[in-house]
Amino acid sequence: MFAYYLDLALRSLRRNKVLTMLMVLALALGIGATITTLTVLKLLSGDPLPQKSTQLFYPQLDPYPKDQPFSRSGKKLPWLMSYVDAMNLLHARKAQRQAVMALSQVKVTPQAQDGKAFYADGVLTTSDFFPMFDAPFQYGAGWASADDESREQVVVIAGFLNDKLFGGANSVGRTIRIEDHDFRIIGVLRPWAPQPRFYAVHLGGRDYGKGEAVFMPLQGARADGITPNTVMSYGPEHTDMQHLETAQSIWLGLWVQLSSADEASAYKLFLANYAQQQVALGRFQLSRVAFWDLMSWLRNEQVVPDDVRLQAGLALGFLLICVVNTVGLLLAKCLRRSREIGVRRALGASRGAIFAQFMVEAGIVGVAGGMLGLGFAELGLWGIRHQPAQYASLAHLDLSMFLFTFLVALVSSLIAGLLPAWRACVVAPAPQLKAS
Amino acid sequence: MEIRPILASLRKHRIPATLIVLEIALACAVLCNAVFMIGQRVASIHWSNAIDEQGISVVTVNGADPKLAASDIPRNLAALRGIAGVTAVAAATSMPLDQNPALSPFVTKPDANTTVNSSVYFIGSDGERAMGLRLLQGRWFNADEYAGSGFKNFASTGHVALVTQSDANRLWPRQSALGKTLYSNSASWTVVGVVADVLAQDPKFSGPGGMYSSVFYPLQPDGVMGDYVLRSAPQDRERVEREAVQVLGKLQQGAVVEGKTYAGMRSDYFADTTSMVWMLVLVCVVMLAVTAFGIVGLTSFWVQQRRRQIGIRRAVGATRGHILSYFRTENFLLSTAGVLAGMALAFGINLYLMEHYEMSRMPWYYLPGSAIALWLLGQLAVFGPALRAAAVPPVVATRSV
Repeated sequence: MFAYYLDLALRSLRRNKVLTMLMVLALALGIGATITTLTVLKLLSGDPLPQKSTQLFYPQLDPYPKDQPFSRSGKKLPWLMSYVDAMNLLHARKAQRQAVMALSQVKVTPQAQDGKAFYADGVLTTSDFFPMFDAPFQYGAGWASADDESREQVVVIAGFLNDKLFGGANSVGRTIRIEDHDFRIIGVLRPWAPQPRFYAVHLGGRDYGKGEAVFMPLQGARADGITPNTVMSYGPEHTDMQHLETAQSIWLGLWVQLSSADEASAYKLFLANYAQQQVALGRFQLSRVAFWDLMSWLRNEQVVPDDVRLQAGLALGFLLICVVNTVGLLLAKCLRRSREIGVRRALGASRGAIFAQFMVEAGIVGVAGGMLGLGFAELGLWGIRHQPAQYASLAHLDLSMFLFTFLVALVSSLIAGLLPAWRACVVAPAPQLKAS
Repeated sequence: MEIRPILASLRKHRIPATLIVLEIALACAVLCNAVFMIGQRVASIHWSNAIDEQGISVVTVNGADPKLAASDIPRNLAALRGIAGVTAVAAATSMPLDQNPALSPFVTKPDANTTVNSSVYFIGSDGERAMGLRLLQGRWFNADEYAGSGFKNFASTGHVALVTQSDANRLWPRQSALGKTLYSNSASWTVVGVVADVLAQDPKFSGPGGMYSSVFYPLQPDGVMGDYVLRSAPQDRERVEREAVQVLGKLQQGAVVEGKTYAGMRSDYFADTTSMVWMLVLVCVVMLAVTAFGIVGLTSFWVQQRRRQIGIRRAVGATRGHILSYFRTENFLLSTAGVLAGMALAFGINLYLMEHYEMSRMPWYYLPGSAIALWLLGQLAVFGPALRAAAVPPVVATRSV
């Protein structure tokens, strides 16, 4: 029966080529726009570390001192931590793993004679950074926790920097000149850039993109005068960049790894106690704290750009218009065939058979629309890859989105087909036959 | 035109009529909001900025030894002045729209608080001429002020500052800002001049309150000054920028030297916005086309279905004009119902967007604006099928009965 309906549907679609083309084109445009924007939205609101994200947490404190007349943070807690608090929490070692971090633009000077200096993104952090974030090493390894304090001048570099400077060879043990100081390379990462760049949010880094080039121990880098991108002063004085460690400034992010809900609630309690203790010591004005798991933190900070969400909404609205349009055109087609339906009904076709026939026709329009829509989506994503946005290079159609395209196409065309098919199957055969 | 028969006929074809109304309503709602978003973005791309945007080039030198700045900067400036066509050169810490915000809160009393973060610019000698700032009140910095001002912990150690007109109005409403004291944290400065509004380093980050809030300080040659601002005639700027990069690249070996015309900086800053505008325009155009084709398709079907009736009407004396206007009026009625529902929907969507996104209230005229656009679109779309209907000969009435 299905094959017969298919044949009938194809005949009917061929009979009215312009109308068929209009339906397929409209549906394809709607689907193309929707899939393009949803792919980008999915990409940007994704989980940066799927295997780890439920174990990673971001604590926040309110460091405003007691002797200040007002807190400058308002309702929201400050994004970052002061050096003193970050170090206190780091050294408490209450979590399975913990690392503090800041981002910095650093000058890298190649050793080659004619090598031109360039700027690269750097991370100033502590030893747990690599195991905590599952950063994979191509060569070598990260530094030991003892090196955090010893101001060792070591560095881990990203694979793309290793390719650029050393042609991808094992560069462990060689030196690299950063901000006019020599650092010894101890590790080279494989390509690694979780998206969104969750730990770079508010540290003056990009929210998306290829990731940082160099990773240095915080103390060692600070000893060489490397300064973070983002420094915010909360005290009465402007920040003294030479003495960031004692300044009333926030510039560090702290991430901790906790493997169970019990550990997480224990850490939250520890954090609350710490803040209360600081109030008691006269350091803090308020004992407010916040404690986010990775995904809630990303949602709360609205990392996904508004424009991307607006585009997705707009595309859905557009798809709705296209579906309504297809309903109208299918209806027009099917009502024009009242006589044919009358004949088929008179010859014994049941209502269900007529309904099925028209749904098959709608389904064909859907599949054709889906295929063309996939083409439009690829075109749209190609367009996005040529945009100036940070996430441009990431925009690719993945398999799940590919399948989703056909699902969307089929479902929307079947929804569009329901009304016309229903109208067709309730056509009373007698008047149609009489009229001829 | 009598509309009762039209209404009677529409009542008989409820579903196609409802579909056209629905499609027009959705198109109207989306169009309203999309055009509003386009308008807002185009306005932001054209934010005014009282510097000589067309004539400025900026060359950034990063990673030079800050200890040598006192001798390097005057040497570099002298070399840059030698480039043909350069009318003014100065060093500065940052430029409007350079996406590298240096922000401070400024208030009029020592202990006051503010939520506005102002962009802070330190300019070297002749900076006002190199940038093309426009003085509205007061005076520029004098040579002593340039020579006597240093930079410590992001603040000026000098005693004077220039503020923008917006800040002057915000901080000292209905008073002259000249001679007033400007406080930030524990330091203070005297306002010696008011300049026309200059954009912030990152106005999208600073928000509506801070985008025109800028404070200028004089600064003697200092390691924090990484920008060299060159002013020339607009037609010379690309050459000036190229030559300046070469000159500074030779003088500052080991540093990273990058040049841009200011026009380039502006289009870089708004590149995201520009691409969003084009995307919105594309969606609007395609959506209107789809809607128009939908109307054409449905009306054509209608015309085909009513050939007999049209024939009869023609046979009993209706002119072609009558048939034409019948379909046009019918479309007008459907469009009217559609845009009325669409305007309500558009308003609702706007309220939702205001709640969940950084969106302002849509001015009322967007609603009738899109309504008129869809009316015209409907009339345009119906014209073809209506002409075909008018061409139905009266003889059709006599056939196949």
